[in-house]
Amino acid sequence: MKILGFFRKRASASAARERLQILLAHERASVSGFDLVAVLREEILAVIAKHVQVDSRHVRVKMERGMPVSTLEVDVEIPFDARARAA
Amino acid sequence: MGKVIVVTSGKGGVGKTTSTAALGAALAQNGDKVVVVDFDVGLRNLDLVMGAERRVVYDLINVIQGEAKLAQALIRDKRLQSLYLLPASQTRDKDKLTAEGVEKVITALKSAFDWVICDSPAGIERGATLAMRHADAAIVVTNPEVSSVRDSDRIIGLLDSKTVKAEAGERVEKHLLLNRYDPNRAASGDMLNVDDVLEILSIPLLGIIPESPNILRASNIGSPVTLCDASSTTAQAYFNAARRLAGEAVPVTVPGERRSFFEKIFGRKAA
Ligand SMILES: Nc1ncnc2c1ncn2[C@@H]1O[C@H](COP(=O)(O)OP(=O)(O)O)[C@@H](O)[C@H]1O
Ligand SMILES: [Mg+2]
Repeated sequence: MKILGFFRKRASASAARERLQILLAHERASVSGFDLVAVLREEILAVIAKHVQVDSRHVRVKMERGMPVSTLEVDVEIPFDARARAA
Repeated sequence: MGKVIVVTSGKGGVGKTTSTAALGAALAQNGDKVVVVDFDVGLRNLDLVMGAERRVVYDLINVIQGEAKLAQALIRDKRLQSLYLLPASQTRDKDKLTAEGVEKVITALKSAFDWVICDSPAGIERGATLAMRHADAAIVVTNPEVSSVRDSDRIIGLLDSKTVKAEAGERVEKHLLLNRYDPNRAASGDMLNVDDVLEILSIPLLGIIPESPNILRASNIGSPVTLCDASSTTAQAYFNAARRLAGEAVPVTVPGERRSFFEKIFGRKAA
C-alpha cells in the first residue's frame, strides 16, 4: 500500500514537470509574436493555389503541441472540378 | 556606482516582499549601504514587513512629482544604520509612476547606495516593467509549483526584452530564488524539486528558501528574518543568497539533502 502511494505521488511532480516543459517551449516561441501556424497556413494555401483552385475556408491547418514533436495537420478540401478549372 | 536589483516573479504572493526585506537587511548587515524600494503602488507592504509603517511620510510618487526631496522620503532602519526604505504610495494613482520619474530616482539612488533593491508588484503590466526597467540583475522568486514556474518563465522573457540593458544589447543577470521549498514534499514526489525547476527555467540558482514558520513570525513583528531570527536555517539561506549575489562562490545546499549545487548554470535553450 505504501509503495503504491509512493508511486502515485511520484507521478504528480513529474506530471507537473512534463506539462511545464511542453507548455513553456511553445509559449517561448509564440511570445516573440511569430504565429507559426498562421504563416504555414498562408504559404500552404499559396502553393496549393498554384495548381488547383481551392476556397481558403476549406484549408484547415491545425497544430497539436507535443514533446519531443508537435504534429501539423493539414486538411484541404479540393472540389471535384478544381483541377480542370485551374488548368 | 551601486548595483540595481529587481525582485520579481510575475505571480503574486510567492515571496518577493519577504525576500526583498531579508536580502536587503542581509547585505546591510554586511556593512553595505542598501536601499529597498517598494514599487507596489497602491498595495505597499514593504514598509510593514520592514517594521517602518508608522514612519512613512513621503513616498516614491511624491519624489517623482517633485512634492518631496529624495532624502525626505528615505526612511532609515532603526536597527541597521546602512539600510534604508523608499516606500510606495498607498493612495496615489499608479499612472503617476512615470518612466522618466523612475529613471531619475534610480539614477540618484545608484550614486548614493551600494545596492538598490526594487520590490516589484505582481503581474507583467507597467508597474512590473518599470520596476525591472533599470535593473543590472534580477532575482526571480519562484515557488515549486506549476503556475509560479510558468509566470517566472514569462518574466524571464521580459527581462530579456523590456529592460534598458536588454534594449542596449546587454544582458540582465538573472538569478533564481526558489522559495517555500518543502523538502518532505519534494522527497515524496508531490512537489517539483530543485532540478525540475532549474531544468525548466535554466537560470542560475541564487538560493533555496525553505517553507518556514519563521517567515510569518518575522512579518508579524515587522523585522526581516535575517535580523530577528538570524541563526534560523531560513535566515542562513538568505545570508548565503546575499553572499552569492555579491559574487561570492557559496555552494547551495538543498534542504533535506546532503548534496549541494556549486555554481550550477544551465544554458537557457531557445524554444
Ligand atoms: N519561505 C516562506 N515560508 C512561509 N511563508 C512564506 C515564505 N515566503 C513567503 N511566505 C508568506 O507568503 C505570503 C506572501 O509573501 P510576500 O513576500 O508578500 O509575497 P509577494 O511580495 O511576492 O506578493 C506572506 O504571508 C509571507 O509571510
Ligand atoms: Mg509584494
